[in-house]
Amino acid sequence: MNGTIDVLLRLLGVLVVFLVFPLLVGQTEHKVMAHMQGRLGPMYAGGFHGWAQLVADGVKFAQKEDVVPADADRTVFQLAPAVALLPYLLVLVAIPVGPHGFVGQNLDAGLFFVLAVMGVGVLGSLMAGWASSNKYSLLGGLRTAAQLMAYELPMLLAAASVAMAAGTLSLPGIVGAYHWWWTPWQLVGGVVFFTAGLAELQRPPFDMPVADSEIIFGAYTEYTGLRFALFLLAEYAGIVVLCGLTTVLFLGGWHGPWAGGVGWLWTLAKTALLAFVVIWLRVSYPRLREDQLQKFAWTVLIPLALAQIALTGVVKVVTS
Amino acid sequence: MNALAAGHHPGFLSPTGVEITFVLVGLATLGAAVLTVSTRQLVHAALWLVVALGGLAVEYLLLTAEFIAWVQVLIYVGSVVVLLLFGLMLTKAPIGRSPDADSGNRPVALGVAVAAAATLVWVVVDAFRTTWIDLHGVVQGSSRATGVSLFRHWVLPFEALSVLLLAALVGAIVLSRREEK
Repeated sequence: MNGTIDVLLRLLGVLVVFLVFPLLVGQTEHKVMAHMQGRLGPMYAGGFHGWAQLVADGVKFAQKEDVVPADADRTVFQLAPAVALLPYLLVLVAIPVGPHGFVGQNLDAGLFFVLAVMGVGVLGSLMAGWASSNKYSLLGGLRTAAQLMAYELPMLLAAASVAMAAGTLSLPGIVGAYHWWWTPWQLVGGVVFFTAGLAELQRPPFDMPVADSEIIFGAYTEYTGLRFALFLLAEYAGIVVLCGLTTVLFLGGWHGPWAGGVGWLWTLAKTALLAFVVIWLRVSYPRLREDQLQKFAWTVLIPLALAQIALTGVVKVVTS
Repeated sequence: MNALAAGHHPGFLSPTGVEITFVLVGLATLGAAVLTVSTRQLVHAALWLVVALGGLAVEYLLLTAEFIAWVQVLIYVGSVVVLLLFGLMLTKAPIGRSPDADSGNRPVALGVAVAAAATLVWVVVDAFRTTWIDLHGVVQGSSRATGVSLFRHWVLPFEALSVLLLAALVGAIVLSRREEK
């Protein structure tokens, strides 16, 4: 009985994180972007520096009419936001926050679980792109698929390098095996992982699939109301997941001074720092063109990831 | 193996919860697979394929083969189906029925499918007739167990497969290169 309550509490915790953290990232993005561009950003909603802006946005989205285009494939069109969003909820279950089992569920092959399930999320964009019966949506879906296929490989290779270093596929196991010199040792892999993750989330500068100046909003062009909000939520949940994963794999998760007591705080702080970097990149880098995107993945990231794996293998053999 | 050593043979008449789930997921997977080949809408076929492959991953999970299950999702759902959908979108698969999706090969395909299924079912049933996985003991499908058996007992097939895949990779690059004129 205790076991059941324990599992329920953990799942509840994951759900709360899933509902709160993406909104925090979204609000931070509003404010950070505004200040980087010499604006104030939202100031009125909720009173203090517009802290309730995203709550107000949520209410607004919920009130809007849910339109399905006449020629669209209704079922696929309506299912797509759920397919895009739910994988990130599942992934959060496996990300460890602190030592001593502070994790939703310790999975034996956790690393493969998170990468596999994150890949499924992109199916949502593809379904949306095809089912909208809109040329812009179709183009967006095509670009999404091409981008996923190019960037999935470097991401996997970089993650495999960490798994080799730690000798385990379990995420808490990887953090447990961490030493401070791992960060310089796995630095190239970390950069590749983070960059490929950004591309998989279609965040700027890799936002060719939703490039607003040429194909309106890619696969999400025809969406309105709550379903559109779910796609946006998926993007921000994706940022939380990617930053959490990079923290766990490459930055040592809960390791830091006083890790025994406030380890979870370290994980959150590192994740928040990475989320800030994600926003910073959006403000400061121009969008890559489609051919530049593909070239970057195949001729830069994949060779770098392979070099990192070779380095990991050599160091592993020499030190063992 | 463990169950065999214990000399313990559970019967078919008092199924456990896991066995019932296994059969139900199996039926759902079979249904999705049949829909994959019988639907008249091309993209729906690809999406039903996602359901079928996902169901297969759940079956692996129920058999405690966690690593295999996630690899199944990663490779088949995450990459193969995405490639399929990419191809379908490139060729502008229409929304609604595709009347030209059926070819005259239907009866032949059905025959081949039934023959292949019969062979596989017969082989699997014959090979694993009395083998029961002990779900409560040591996990038999963990990544460690999979890795050990793969690299201790099956190294040669593994290497042969890698050579095959490498050859396919090189072949794909050669075929897709433009001739310099």
